[in-house]
Amino acid sequence: MLLECTGVRKTFGPAVVLDGLDLAVDEHEVVALIGASGSGKSTLLRCVNLLTEIDDGTITLDGEDITDPRIDPDRVRQKIGLVFQSYNLFPHMTVLDNITLAPVRVFRKPAADAREQAREWLARVGLLNHAGSYPDRLSGGQQQRVAIVRALVNSPRLLLLDEVTSALDPELVGEVLTMIRDLKGEGVTMVLATHEMGFARQVADRVAFLDNGRVLEQGPPEQVLGDPVEARTRQFLARIIEAGRL
Amino acid sequence: MTHPTTPPTTQKMPKDRGPHPSAVQQGRIAYRKRQAVRSVLLAALSTAVLGTLLGFLITGAPGWDRVRQAFFNGEMARESFAPILQGLWLNIRLFVVCALCALALGLLIATMRTLRGPVFFPVRALATGYTYSFRGLPLIIVIYLFAFGIPGLRLQGTPSVTVLGGAAIVITYGAYLAEVFRAGIESVHPSQVAAARSLGLSYRQAMRHVVLPQAVRRSAPPLLNDTVAMQKDVGLISLAGPIDAIRAAQIDQMGTANFTPYVVAGVLFVLLALPLIGITDYVTLRAARRQNAGT
Repeated sequence: MLLECTGVRKTFGPAVVLDGLDLAVDEHEVVALIGASGSGKSTLLRCVNLLTEIDDGTITLDGEDITDPRIDPDRVRQKIGLVFQSYNLFPHMTVLDNITLAPVRVFRKPAADAREQAREWLARVGLLNHAGSYPDRLSGGQQQRVAIVRALVNSPRLLLLDEVTSALDPELVGEVLTMIRDLKGEGVTMVLATHEMGFARQVADRVAFLDNGRVLEQGPPEQVLGDPVEARTRQFLARIIEAGRL
Repeated sequence: MTHPTTPPTTQKMPKDRGPHPSAVQQGRIAYRKRQAVRSVLLAALSTAVLGTLLGFLITGAPGWDRVRQAFFNGEMARESFAPILQGLWLNIRLFVVCALCALALGLLIATMRTLRGPVFFPVRALATGYTYSFRGLPLIIVIYLFAFGIPGLRLQGTPSVTVLGGAAIVITYGAYLAEVFRAGIESVHPSQVAAARSLGLSYRQAMRHVVLPQAVRRSAPPLLNDTVAMQKDVGLISLAGPIDAIRAAQIDQMGTANFTPYVVAGVLFVLLALPLIGITDYVTLRAARRQNAGT
C-alpha cells in the first residue's frame, strides 16, 4: 500500500470531523472521496499532507509512519502533491515562477533545467503562451491547471486533489477534468475529493463515501454510485441527483 | 481570483459604438453636457464665496495688521530665505538616510517577530518589546535621550549630535514601520502558506519567497504615508542643536522677534513633502485598483 490511514481522528473543538477513519490507497490507484460538505474529505487530505495535525490514529506513506512527531514534515510533503479548491497560486509570481519555485528552492534543481521542465509541462497542457503571465491574467480553469502542474513537477508519489473544480464556472470544469483523466492514464496515484459524481465514475478505480468522519462504504464506482449498500449513501446520492449533478 | 467573465470597469464612450447615436442617446449626451457645465460653475461660485468670506474674516480682524507684520513680512522672508534653504538641505539629507535606515530596521524587526522555534524566543521578545516601547515613547524625549544622554557618557568616539538625533528618529520610526510590515505579513492569506508548505518549502522558505514579497507590496502605501510624516519630524532634530531649516528660522526669529522665518520654513516643508505625497497617492490608488481586481 502506498498510503494507509488507520483509525484517524481529528476534532475541531467539540466537532469530530474524522472519527476513526480507515483508508488504504495502492500505487497507481485513483480513489475518489465523496460525501456531504463537512463529512471530512478536505480535512483528510490536509491531514495526509501534514497541514493539519491528527488527534489519533496513524497515517503511513510507503510504509513510513508520517504522523510520528519526530518526522520532518517538509520531507514528507516533498513526496505528496496537493491541489486546492481555490488554486492558491502565488499572485506575485509569473506562471513559470510558480511552477519552478519548489524545484529550485526545495529540490535544488538548476534554474535553467527547472524552467525547461516547466515549459514542457505547460506545453503539454496548452498553457505555454501564459508562462510569463501573472495568475490574475488567467481564467479559473487555467489557474487550476497551472496549480496541478505546480504540484506535479516535483514528481510526487501521491497527488491529492481537493475539490479542484468546485470554484470553477461550469464551462471551465471540463478542461481540468480532462487533465486529471490524462494523469490517470500515466499512472499517477491520486486521491480526489469531489462533488462531480459523473467524473468520479469515469476516472476513479474506487469510490469511498465519507459519512460522519468515517468511510461508510467503498468499492468500484459502478457499485457505490449505482447500487449502494448503505442507506446513507443512497440518501446522499438521491440528493445529488435532485440537485442535477449526476 | 478574477473571473474571466467579469466585464472591464471602464465604460466605452457612446461615440465609439457607432457613427450615429440614436435621438434618445443624443438627448442624453446633451443633458450630461449641460449638467457638467452647471457643476463646474457651481463649484467655482461656492469656492469664491467661501474664499471671500475667509479673507474678510482674517484681514478684518482687529489684530490683523500686527499679525501680518510679525508673520508675513516680505523683507524678513527674503532675508531669512537663504539660511533656511541651507538648513533644509540638512533636513533632506537626514530624511533620506533616516527613511532608508528606518525601513530596513522595520523590515528586520517584523521578520524577527515571525521567527519560530524556542531558540529564537529572546529575539522575538526583544523585537516585540522594542515595538511596544518605542511606539509609545514621544520622539522628542528619544531625541533628548540620544543627543544629550549619550554624549554625557563621555565615551571615546561618540558620534556627532546630528548622527545621534538621526538615530533617535530611525529607532522611533522603525518601531512604527515594523508594525506596518507585520500587518502586511498578517494580511497574506494562510492558504498561501499552506500552498507553499504543500510544495515542500520550509516555514522559513515560505516566509521568504511567498509571504514577505506579498507583504512588502501590500505595505507600500502605509509605509509611504509614514515616511511623509517622518519627513517633517526630521525637523525635530533642531532641538538637539544642528542647524536645519527650523533651527535656522529660529535663529532669525530670535534676532528680530519676527515669526516670518518660521512661515518660510513651513512653506518649504510643505513644498518638499508634495512629491512624496503625490507618489503615496499614486501607489495607494494603484494598490486599491489591484486589490479590487482580486487575487
